[in-house]
Amino acid sequence: MPEKMPTMREAIESKGYSRRDFLRYCSAAAAIVGLETLGIPKVVRAFETKPRPPVIWLHFQECTCCSESFIRSTHPIVADVIFDYLSLDYTETLMAPSGFQAEKSYKDTITKYAGQYILLIEGSVPAGNDGVYCMIGGRSAEAILQEAARDAAAVIAWGSCASNGCVQNAKPNPTNATPIHKLIDKPVINVPGCPPIADVMTGVITHLLVFGTTPDLDSQGRPKEFYSRRVHDTCYRRPYYDAGLFVESFDDENARKGYCLYKVGCRGPVTYNACAVTRWNGGVSYPIQSGHGCIGCSENGFWDNGPFYQHLASFPGFGIESTADTVGTVIGLGAAAGVTAHAVATNIRKRRLIKKLKDESVEINDDDNEGGNS
Amino acid sequence: MTAEQKALYNRVYVWEFPVRLYHWLNGITVTLLIISGFLIGNPIRLFYANEAYQQYWFGTVRFIHFVSAYIFFFNFLVRIYWGFVGNTFARWSNFIPLKKKQWREIGQVLKVDILLADPSERMSVGHNSLAGFVYFLTFLAFAFQSLTGFALYSANSTSFFPRLFTWVIPLFGGDMAVRQWHHVFMWFFIVFIIIHLYLVFYHDYIEGRGTTSSMVGGWKFEKDEDLKNSND
Repeated sequence: MPEKMPTMREAIESKGYSRRDFLRYCSAAAAIVGLETLGIPKVVRAFETKPRPPVIWLHFQECTCCSESFIRSTHPIVADVIFDYLSLDYTETLMAPSGFQAEKSYKDTITKYAGQYILLIEGSVPAGNDGVYCMIGGRSAEAILQEAARDAAAVIAWGSCASNGCVQNAKPNPTNATPIHKLIDKPVINVPGCPPIADVMTGVITHLLVFGTTPDLDSQGRPKEFYSRRVHDTCYRRPYYDAGLFVESFDDENARKGYCLYKVGCRGPVTYNACAVTRWNGGVSYPIQSGHGCIGCSENGFWDNGPFYQHLASFPGFGIESTADTVGTVIGLGAAAGVTAHAVATNIRKRRLIKKLKDESVEINDDDNEGGNS
Repeated sequence: MTAEQKALYNRVYVWEFPVRLYHWLNGITVTLLIISGFLIGNPIRLFYANEAYQQYWFGTVRFIHFVSAYIFFFNFLVRIYWGFVGNTFARWSNFIPLKKKQWREIGQVLKVDILLADPSERMSVGHNSLAGFVYFLTFLAFAFQSLTGFALYSANSTSFFPRLFTWVIPLFGGDMAVRQWHHVFMWFFIVFIIIHLYLVFYHDYIEGRGTTSSMVGGWKFEKDEDLKNSND
């Protein structure tokens, strides 16, 4: 490893890219982080002067769908260059070395570049039983995480696993799978989704590289640029919602017409993500456009909010099919029946009281009344 | 029939105008909120021959829900304030049973309401202690429903007021859970209304002191002898 880290430009050019390629990359990066044309020189300047940050990408309890999503970024030049040009020193899925060599490059990075490397984490960490459920190189995921996070310049939690636990964190959570932000006392950029959108992932990384700062985060640690709006509010089927035009079942005429999927369980109204704006696979489509409701994969605990095809979660303790409405109807009818029975019982049990009240009442003589002024 | 003495009643001004206004505004907005909220949770099939640009009924239902919610919320705040400045029957001390006497009356009302015993002692002319305590629980439900409701609404709005409630969402884990709880509590209101309406009629019938009409005119009636024995 060289004494001084090369700048991004040097790193890119050493891979054989021309200056033109470099400038194209800078333009794409500027576009991704939402800068206008005048911002491009700023990006060029940053990339010509800033050292290229080394990156460690750790994989814990996950399915690698985040990595799969990431390598399918819409802008090939961005993905290529990020991979080529980020110094991706350690990532189990994609790195060339294995075994001791791999572990050595990890160790080298965290010692040589302490305080400078970016830590990307895919997957949750099993905190149960001393972490035996996820061991890498003979060490528990939590030990590796704590060591790697200590001197990281920034920590990004990729996907729902790392951000909120995802499926392995669903009840009863046998391995005590824990999201990253609950284990380390550093700010974590949560990029939830199962997987997150590739362009959102490149967008977050690019923001870190261009500005050298964390993007604006919301109260759940998610970058506001991508997670501040509901899928519902950006959905192209939203007008059908306001018009009250709903798909009743997946094979009806309304589904063919492309009406709103709210009644078949779409989670768009309770899900914060950029799907309806950025879309997937190069802007081709997203779940709702393909005729299926959103399943809310970027929301906290979404596996426990099921079933996916009904709009209300099932009510705990009353079986999978019973919603709050089933329970509420039973209680409501029970109350109505109880009240009716009570009214009948009152008139039977309280005969004496009612008689007493009647006796207490004053008798009005009709004749007197007629004799009066009325 | 023996010619025993007839009961003499005195008129007591129990519910002041702000209390009555609060009650009916509350009744109207809660009814609107339940109907529109139920429709939002389970939209009915309506006018399925049209295109989206031709109609807006679901948007209107949501609008009614949001407007009613604002009225409901500020009406609730006014009532909280009135609990500090209103007459003796409107005060907070009626709602939170801290005195031994109130607990005794709760037991007495339970006997009259559930065991169908005849009232042996006089009940408070304002809220009886059990009713007062149940209304206190409904105030907690009002607060819960306002917090969760405005938290859900905050995603729809950029105005400052709903944005004050965004902190509620992470407490529940997400919008889905908040929505679920908001929906569950709607059933509390429905069940409350059934029982409340019935008990008003029931107490009117067995007490004979104008419970039902008191919320219209504000007047209730107290027996002469009871008035002498008690001072509230």
